[in-house]
Amino acid sequence: MDNGAGMPLDPKVFEAMKPYFFEDYGNPSSSHSSGNRVKEALAESREKVAQLLSAEKAQEIIFTSGGTESNNLALKGAVYRNLKKGNQIITTSIEHISLINICKFLQKHGYDITYIPVNKQGVVDLEKLEDAITEKTILISVMYANGEIGTIQPIKEIGKLTLENDIIFHVDAVAAAGKVPINVKEENIDLLSISSNDMYGPKGVGALYIKKGTKIQPIIQGGGQENGLRSGTENIPGIVGMGKAAELAKVDMLSEGRRLTRLRDKLIKGVLETIEHSFLNGHTNQRLPNNANLRFSYIEGESLILGLDMYGIQISSGSACTSKTLEPSHVLLAIGLAHEEAHGSLVFTMGKQNLEDDVDYVTEMLPDVVKRLRALSPLTPKELLR
Amino acid sequence: MYSEKVMDHFMKPRNVGEIPDADGVGTVGNPVCGDLMTMYIKVKDNKLMDVKFKTFGCGAAIATSSMTTELAKGKTIDEAMKITRAEVAENLGGLPPIKMHCSNLAADALHEAIKDYQKKKEKK
Repeated sequence: MDNGAGMPLDPKVFEAMKPYFFEDYGNPSSSHSSGNRVKEALAESREKVAQLLSAEKAQEIIFTSGGTESNNLALKGAVYRNLKKGNQIITTSIEHISLINICKFLQKHGYDITYIPVNKQGVVDLEKLEDAITEKTILISVMYANGEIGTIQPIKEIGKLTLENDIIFHVDAVAAAGKVPINVKEENIDLLSISSNDMYGPKGVGALYIKKGTKIQPIIQGGGQENGLRSGTENIPGIVGMGKAAELAKVDMLSEGRRLTRLRDKLIKGVLETIEHSFLNGHTNQRLPNNANLRFSYIEGESLILGLDMYGIQISSGSACTSKTLEPSHVLLAIGLAHEEAHGSLVFTMGKQNLEDDVDYVTEMLPDVVKRLRALSPLTPKELLR
Repeated sequence: MYSEKVMDHFMKPRNVGEIPDADGVGTVGNPVCGDLMTMYIKVKDNKLMDVKFKTFGCGAAIATSSMTTELAKGKTIDEAMKITRAEVAENLGGLPPIKMHCSNLAADALHEAIKDYQKKKEKK
């Protein structure tokens, strides 16, 4: 149940990609027939991604190398282009590390970054967000949903705010795209980052939605591909794969979302009912259908993961990206957890391959693993061990 | 990520628990950092007759605690004071580099327990 940091490729996606490795390997910029077929495939994929996001025009989609590049293009592209207007960027305290590090980079180069706190459920404080806006605010960047605690943000409300104040609104939707419906028009989003491999597509490809009329500057200069905004020969097999993944996601999203929501809630209920001193991190219902972040007092997350791994259950603790540092997740600290509470949290992210049996198995095995580790822990109160 | 030896000590930790009438107790680490361990020792004729531990922490923290108790049991006070973190890691078939520092505190906890015992003895 660890789909948060990497999902398996859908076999249908692989089938769609195959011809573009050996048969139609041409360059879309070439004028011969293979080049033309590739050009068509590129246009079709763009259309499919646009449809997934309910964008008005396919041309509003720019393909990139993934979520990280999309975030870089969105933030740097928007602020470099709007230097005259100001230098303030507003974002939240629970953004993905890729976005935080872009902000840190921009801060070093003279930009003023304001981080808006979130409440205990991980929802951004709208009042504080509004109060933070100044004449110098160029961009507000808020993630659609947090991949770690699952909380979905009030994007539509923020979109109204940015529209009224004439501020560019960027949304990192990497964790949300393909899982919950996104409507860039209704939600007044100007820039939106998505990644292919978070929706059963191939790695190494992503996209940035750029609303018509939103001016940004390219950060990669070269041959002028992608309407001049992202130079470099297009990753055609990857883009075709992403297009197929977007098409499949659009078809399956509602039914798969309902199925996963049911499994998620069953898992949460099962765990909270059978394990004392266990808690849900994040929002109860305003959360991604596939995410359950659970916290267990008196024990540490990595040992829980190892213990569960022995039973063949694969999950992650905090963000997979932060496990290199051993620091507890900044997201869990931002929702007000103490360090030791953050250390005792587990992220379950389910996907297409997870069935009800998996949930039953986890709820059956988890109490034993928790009990065993609590028996080892000097923090466990004596009465809990009886 | 972990050696078989580490996993063995993690799954079947040796000498878990507290010694109610311990001659020395040593605690190191901090739950804030994600690792906290307490060692209990029972001493007779200058030898560690019993060593037990309780640990809050990752797999490496639990395995190093378990291994330390095995290494220390039956040793004289002087010998036990010479057990190093590196020795604990080596006996476990090595630890991932990132775990060498923060999760490999069990030898320190043992040394603290021995110092506690020595302090109590002086007072008598």
